Amino acid sequence: MAELIDALQPYLIPTLRVVIAFLVLSLIAAAMIWIERKVLAHLQVRLGPMRVGPHGLLQPIADTLKLLLKEDIVPAEADRFIFLYAPVISVIAALTPFAFIPFAANDRAPDVNVALLFIIGVSSLGIFGIILGGWASNSHYPLLGALRSTAQLVSYEVALGFALVSALLLGGTLSMRGIVEKQAELGVWFVFLQPVAFFILFVAALAETNRNPFDLPEAESELVAGFHTEYSGFRFALYFMAEYSAMVLVSAIATTLFLGGWLRPFANTEVVIQGFDVLSLLDWMPVAVFGFLTLWLLKEIPGADSNTHRLALLIFAAVFGGVAAALLLPGVLPAVQGVFWFLFKVFIFLFCFIWFRGTFPRYRFDQLMRLGWHFMIPVAIVNVIFCGIGLLLWQQWDWNLAGAFWVGNLATLLVALLLAGRTPAGQAA
Amino acid sequence: MTFYLATFYVLGAIAVLSALLVITRRNPVHSAIFLIVTLLSVAGLYLQLQAEFLAAVQIILYIGGVMVLFLFVILLVNLEVTVRQEPFNRMWWIAGVAALVLLGELAVTYYLGRQAFAIPVTPAAALQPNTELIGRTLYQTYMLPFEIASVLLLVAMVGAVLMARRR
Repeated sequence: MAELIDALQPYLIPTLRVVIAFLVLSLIAAAMIWIERKVLAHLQVRLGPMRVGPHGLLQPIADTLKLLLKEDIVPAEADRFIFLYAPVISVIAALTPFAFIPFAANDRAPDVNVALLFIIGVSSLGIFGIILGGWASNSHYPLLGALRSTAQLVSYEVALGFALVSALLLGGTLSMRGIVEKQAELGVWFVFLQPVAFFILFVAALAETNRNPFDLPEAESELVAGFHTEYSGFRFALYFMAEYSAMVLVSAIATTLFLGGWLRPFANTEVVIQGFDVLSLLDWMPVAVFGFLTLWLLKEIPGADSNTHRLALLIFAAVFGGVAAALLLPGVLPAVQGVFWFLFKVFIFLFCFIWFRGTFPRYRFDQLMRLGWHFMIPVAIVNVIFCGIGLLLWQQWDWNLAGAFWVGNLATLLVALLLAGRTPAGQAA
Repeated sequence: MTFYLATFYVLGAIAVLSALLVITRRNPVHSAIFLIVTLLSVAGLYLQLQAEFLAAVQIILYIGGVMVLFLFVILLVNLEVTVRQEPFNRMWWIAGVAALVLLGELAVTYYLGRQAFAIPVTPAAALQPNTELIGRTLYQTYMLPFEIASVLLLVAMVGAVLMARRR
């Protein structure tokens, strides 16, 4: 028995981290639904959910309850077993990679030297949930949605991979922790050295997570709801959770590779005014955020619709105020510093996802494929080549770090312009 | 060590069983799923051998790439025809004889070259850092064979594109 426990020891922390990731991500997914509806509504000059709780704050709880209590319908001609388990594949594939992502310098994530490859590999398994779910429904729209999804993912995975390569080249390792530590050591986030790769990664991430403007697999005007048309209740909720977790995952990957992971902005610079480093005030950002949320909620209390809403606002304010107070305890602020900045950057990404959904019209499918194969992939390849040249110039020929890579970036942009001029993305195939 | 052996046998058993299911299922989608299970357990075996790079590449390329395209093609063809067809036709005994001959050959090879199969136990540290070691081996020691293999793949790819164009 003791031997078995010893043998299982190394697996405990990753498993525990997956369980925690599962819990936290379920919460984030529920909150994201509210945030998404709210942000979209305000982008379109609407109010969004307002009824359930003050400003619709309790809407996620109501939605979750509704989805859990709904009947789980299996179509008569469906492939029962696959239909029931396809959403589970998607969820597992979207959550497992979080075991490898270091959220902070003091986070004990397993530091595998191929962590990035594992994350990409395991998260790409999520596509099987979509294909199999779409196929097992035995219905036309889900099948078409699944086919579109497959084609789209396979095409954009190439560009995504090449975008990751330039961060790997700069970091010199496949370990997530190693890449962030390299950014700390160089004192510059890789997004400032490889903006083109970052852009490609971002666009490919939009396509990989089936988000607008690339949400063709679930284009409601053409395909009802795409691959999950036949799903209802809890299994539909699983697909939803997988989609939002995948969004958080790509944001976390982009944050780690290009935005310095858990590093604070301006960690290596000092602006000293009268013997005081002004930038160190940024360390107090977590307290400021939660304090601001508390104050905003308190300000809303007098104007609330009913006493129930006032009570709900007060509870939320108490929770956020409690968090802000807890952060002021000695030793807490330095400990959560890394996690805070990591999640802060991830949420900026998530906001951009929603922002884009409210801004860009959906692509047509042939335009999407043309953009992927004729523009993104060639530009990504050219970018990797210039990144390698930049590395050579910097390390072997002692060029300036920024200079070596920006020459390459400008050359890549030139190539991109030529490509865009040759094959306009809007032209029909 | 027993836990190590147990995981090996479990993974091996899953791999062999699902490989058998791949060829006996009538529905090609089910076969594809079992093929994915086989590939996953083989990736697990690679992990056990401390070849994590190989395991990751197995997952990305074979499962995330090849199997996705397999399923894509299967979804495009008419499944009802294949479900009605008999997977084992009248020629099955020829295949059986061929399989037996192959098994015999393998047994003889194994018997003659027993020493070669007795792989010495390498210390774990010798295989780390895995990615760098594989990179050095492929791009320094075996540069020429590696490049020849990639040219072969390129030729196959160009050929496939040409054949598709001609239609």
